[in-house]
Amino acid sequence: MKEKRKIILAGVVIGVIAAALVWFGNPKNMGFCIACFIRDTAGAVGMHQAAVVQYIRPEIIGLVLGALIVSAVKKEFLPRGGSSPMTRFVLGAFVMITALVFLGCPLRMVLRIAGGDLNAIVGLVGFAIGILCGVQFLKRGYSLKRTYTLPAVDGVWLSVVQVALFGLLCAAPAFILFSEKGPGSMHAPIWISLIAGLVVGALAQRIRLCMVGGIRDVLLFQDWTLLSGFVAILVAALAGNLVLNAVFGGYFSLGFMGQPVAHIDGVWNFLSMAAVGLGSVMLGGCPLRQLILAGEGNSDSAVTVAGYFVGAAFAHNFGLASAATAVAEDGAITGGPTAAGKLFTVIALIVLFVVAFLNTKATAAAGVKEPQRA
Amino acid sequence: MAQTIDARGLSCPQPVVLTKNALDKAPSSCEVLVDNPTARENVTRYAERAGYRVSVSADGEDYRLTLVK
Repeated sequence: MKEKRKIILAGVVIGVIAAALVWFGNPKNMGFCIACFIRDTAGAVGMHQAAVVQYIRPEIIGLVLGALIVSAVKKEFLPRGGSSPMTRFVLGAFVMITALVFLGCPLRMVLRIAGGDLNAIVGLVGFAIGILCGVQFLKRGYSLKRTYTLPAVDGVWLSVVQVALFGLLCAAPAFILFSEKGPGSMHAPIWISLIAGLVVGALAQRIRLCMVGGIRDVLLFQDWTLLSGFVAILVAALAGNLVLNAVFGGYFSLGFMGQPVAHIDGVWNFLSMAAVGLGSVMLGGCPLRQLILAGEGNSDSAVTVAGYFVGAAFAHNFGLASAATAVAEDGAITGGPTAAGKLFTVIALIVLFVVAFLNTKATAAAGVKEPQRA
Repeated sequence: MAQTIDARGLSCPQPVVLTKNALDKAPSSCEVLVDNPTARENVTRYAERAGYRVSVSADGEDYRLTLVK
């Protein structure tokens, strides 16, 4: 199938770019991480004060603008919105916080697996089960209701913000915070990150890449098309990591312990990614897909991204984000999810189920859009 | 008359879910209205796999998909 070939090819390019970004300076297994990078950008503009994760990530800027440019060229820029925006904002915040309990968005989960991080496999199982739960609601009519066409100006706000952020990154005024150590201090050169973001944003727009949609479509329709992109990224990033590892060392290590920016608490890796999976199905796409849709002019996705930013700030201001597992010289193991993060994950799962239930029941009760008969 | 499914404004996968629900009753034909290219592609892909021929026509800002067994 031609479409599937296109998706696999684009997935391979994205996987290779992700591996290359690490070689250029990004943290390990973090060529791309929408959750981590939005968190870093939120930190850079002072929304949180975690000194080790503050940097305006050009990849995010590139993803949004790449989608904007290619959608404009292909006449697919569609300013739309009005589908339960505040619910989307809250769901966005919940997805972000639980992603930071896991330490990565679904895309980074795949890249972590490609780096040999077995904790991410535990996350993947939770993620798939979360999606399976979401699919049950979809089958029963879950919907955040329809969107409406909006003025073009409403569809470009997130892109305008990205341009402003890029200006701030280049000008680097004193009020923008940049990490001097930790993951926030590790990054590829600005222009390489930006171009990588633009290319991946454009490709992801063309093939409608979505880490959640792939598994969802298999469970819902037995349709493997979207998932082939997910698998292609995994295989290409794995190959890229193995090549880099053979040449330079340090790009691949199979196991649970000693994984970069990861923790080993299986229960919470599982539960947090279940929340990310369920929340993302309810939003209609993973964090990467939301960035792309926002670039295409979708205001609901832009509101979701705003929710991601606020969630990222809260995750660090309130100690909800996990710390990476580290082994001290005396052998003591530190890091992992915090008590607050665990509590929040449980609350998030409960709230997500309630919101899913309410938006499924409401649809049935109001008799909304029984397919019209002509 | 063939059934018309109005999936305009809905984000994926809802247009495909509505289409699936309609096609599960095995009609000889059916029309689906969508308003974005992703939904057009996804509904087309699903319908073709379910054994329908799909023709697409532009209807203002929307797409009208005609599914025929």
